Amino acid sequence: MTEYAIILISTIWVNNFVLVKFLGLCPFMGVSRKLETAMGMALATTFVLTLSSVCSYLVNEYILAPLDLVYLRTIMFILVIAVVVQFTEMVVHKTSPLLYNVLGIFLPLITTNCAVLGVALLNVQEQHGFLQSAFYGFGASMGFSLVLVLFAGLRERIAVTDVPDVFQGNAIALITAGIMSLAFMGFVGLVN
Amino acid sequence: MSILIAVVTLSVIAALFGLLLGYASIKFRVEGDPVVEKIDALLPQTQCGQCSFPGCRPYAEAIASGEAPINLCPPGGETTMLALADLLGVEPVALDDEHDTEPTKTVVVIDEQTCIGCTLCIQACPVDAILGAAKQMHTVIADECTGCNLCIPPCPVDCIHITPVKVEPDTWRWPLPEQNFAAPRA
Amino acid sequence: MTRTTHQLWHFHGGLKLPGEKHQSTGTPIARTELPRQLVIPVHQHIGETGKVLVNIGDRVLKGQALTQPTAYVSAPVHAPTSGTVKDIAEYPAPHPSRLSTLCVVIEADGKDEWIQLESRADYKKMSPADLRNLVRHAGIVGLGGAAFPTSVKLNPGPGHQIKTLIINGAECEPYITCDDMLMRERADEVISGAEIISHALNTAHCLIAVENNKPEAIAALNTAISDAGVDYIDVVAIPTIYPTGGEKQLIKVLTNKEVPSDGLPADIGIVMQNVGTAAAIYRAVFHGQPLISRIVTVTGKGITQPQNMEVLIGTPMSALIEQACGYQENADRLIMGGPMMGFTMHCDSLPVTKGCNCLLVETADQHSDENNAMPCIRCGECARVCPVSLLPQQLYWHASSKNFDQVQDYNLFDCIECGCCAYVCPSHIPLVQYYRFAKTEIWNRERDQQKSDHARIRHDFRQARLDKEKREREERLRKKKDMLEKKKQAEAADKNETEEDPKKAAIAAALARVQDKKAKAADAPKNTDNLTAAQQKQVDEANKRRETE
Repeated sequence: MTEYAIILISTIWVNNFVLVKFLGLCPFMGVSRKLETAMGMALATTFVLTLSSVCSYLVNEYILAPLDLVYLRTIMFILVIAVVVQFTEMVVHKTSPLLYNVLGIFLPLITTNCAVLGVALLNVQEQHGFLQSAFYGFGASMGFSLVLVLFAGLRERIAVTDVPDVFQGNAIALITAGIMSLAFMGFVGLVN
Repeated sequence: MSILIAVVTLSVIAALFGLLLGYASIKFRVEGDPVVEKIDALLPQTQCGQCSFPGCRPYAEAIASGEAPINLCPPGGETTMLALADLLGVEPVALDDEHDTEPTKTVVVIDEQTCIGCTLCIQACPVDAILGAAKQMHTVIADECTGCNLCIPPCPVDCIHITPVKVEPDTWRWPLPEQNFAAPRA
Repeated sequence: MTRTTHQLWHFHGGLKLPGEKHQSTGTPIARTELPRQLVIPVHQHIGETGKVLVNIGDRVLKGQALTQPTAYVSAPVHAPTSGTVKDIAEYPAPHPSRLSTLCVVIEADGKDEWIQLESRADYKKMSPADLRNLVRHAGIVGLGGAAFPTSVKLNPGPGHQIKTLIINGAECEPYITCDDMLMRERADEVISGAEIISHALNTAHCLIAVENNKPEAIAALNTAISDAGVDYIDVVAIPTIYPTGGEKQLIKVLTNKEVPSDGLPADIGIVMQNVGTAAAIYRAVFHGQPLISRIVTVTGKGITQPQNMEVLIGTPMSALIEQACGYQENADRLIMGGPMMGFTMHCDSLPVTKGCNCLLVETADQHSDENNAMPCIRCGECARVCPVSLLPQQLYWHASSKNFDQVQDYNLFDCIECGCCAYVCPSHIPLVQYYRFAKTEIWNRERDQQKSDHARIRHDFRQARLDKEKREREERLRKKKDMLEKKKQAEAADKNETEEDPKKAAIAAALARVQDKKAKAADAPKNTDNLTAAQQKQVDEANKRRETE
């Protein structure tokens, strides 16, 4: 039990995929302009990340390993992720057409979200079991959601303030992200 | 031999996934486009056609399908454009220079002295705001008029005039205080 | 009756402001001279505008109704003196918009002749509904400044038992003393008014809240209560903190209850009325007089002799200033209302309305120029003083960048516009004006939305109608076509039966027959039967002539 808790804490705070490992930065900058959108993106990514890390574990463990095809891992994982993303896209389109419209290009772009492939590959590298993989993926997506929502909240506030002209727009957003990253670095050493 | 296994495995898995997606696309089929409704709700419903679409709903459909930009609605002005940008999560687009960012609301008035009762304006009005019958004087129901001005071109005697809607103390709006220091940008 | 000690609570924030009240309490309430001309705005209250009952040239008596309420939330206005209706047109109104509204102009005839007045000293026999109706037709609105029709407030609605009536004599804004002077001089009227309201609401408990900087008023009220011999009215001295006179703030101070954000005091069993309103109700019930005058404080550093005066509604403000011996040299701007919540008037020829409790003349050094606002330094003082526990800074950011959804998320509409935040702001940001901007803008958008929804329904309906007509027309056309088709088919069927030549022959024969018949008909005179010998002869002669010619 402690093991899973540690995985969660580690992926959410200590080894946060966005702010510490710097994976998945495109949606982090792209859909953090509005809190609502950020929450939608966070939900979609959570779904995709958890599902794809589980699926890729299964594919790796029961198909690639017995058939001695581990060299096909990357291409296989991309296939799995693409299918999960397509599936998610259909579900979102059906359940929340507005969110579908708002997420726009970023929804299919989850496919190329490096965090998703990163999680799948790290699962193999760290030799995680089934549950560990699931928790690892879930924790990673929770960490992603956390910083995305925090960042969107910050950006909403920054948008209405009198930022000096040279820092307007993306400049101040990147500075904010950097400072957030520094803050998350503070967790280093809490757990491995 | 191992190449063969790899190819077969990949093909089989890809085929399986394809089947899964095919099933899902039937199961999660989306009927119509609910986004159109939401866009239509934001448009001012003047049905004036100034966006080059025949009415508000066709324009909403065009926006939803990505055929039209969001800045084509002169009666809605900047407010509508910003609301659309917000709804669709796209960058705001500046309105054309010739249109005001905040258009003054207008209604039309029929000059009863000149009106010949031809009913052409009645047929043009998209919201049935003109009252009258053939060879009888016509009049505009000011409360129902959306200010689309579609009745003006068909009038053979040019008896329809545009008047701004009067601002009452109850409908008056406080101005935004002026800021002479670096203004925040939204 | 001795004042019972009443437990008090505090509301969040608030300010201790310099009272500046002594300036205008030195002299008793003065009577103003009857002006030659009165301009009475038809719309002086919150709610629907009434329907004008008089015409230009009509002679009206003092107290005669000039309008008739058109909706539930509406109030009539009355002629403040007898005279002639000179004009019914748009005149500038005392409103921050500086717009004009429909006004009835009355030229006074100097006779000040009342209409027939009816006293209802036996009001205890009247039902609450009748009392409400009396108050409604007397045109009484909240005299604290908001001008909400009182009759509406006297009807708590089914299912609301009013436990406590609160008469608001707090008068927390600096400079204003009209309620103070009213309580000092006419405490008996206030107490009688409170009794009438208690009867109308069927309440057994009444509190009169007065700030503790008005000991004379408290003493006068206590004397009046013991004189009247009522035991259910208590006078409560409350701490002098601005804005303790706000409805929700005063309820919190007196009862520790909070009015729900989107609710009314009646929802928690409380109704609040201003002392001036109570006195006006007394006059309406006991003397039959509608609301045609009010007490106005004319004060400020820019006024020569600050004082209170009883003013007829519709009197020009300049007449009041004149009676107070005019402006000081350094007078800079005229404000209707107090220094915190009042509006700057653009000229002094505007009429006094029912909601005008104070005319304040400030000097140039007293107010900071709104254009001198500095950037927000996020000190948070505004949140500390906000009596509604809002976050004024967040409201400011979102209002100034027109994020109207977020402004509402931060509960903009609970803001009472008391001005505390702007008062303490070290950057002199006119915060309240941002909130007013956002509020009016949001209302405007709601109106637009309603209008466009309405237009959509009408458009859809029209479209459906046109479609139906088109369908019906097509249907008719189709039927006609079908019929023609059938006819053709039937003819074709006939055609098939006979050969072509016989048919042509038949047609030719028929044509010949018709021609023959026609010729015969033309030849044969019709009216030649039964002719007399003389007629026959004439006809023969005529025929002969025709043949020879």
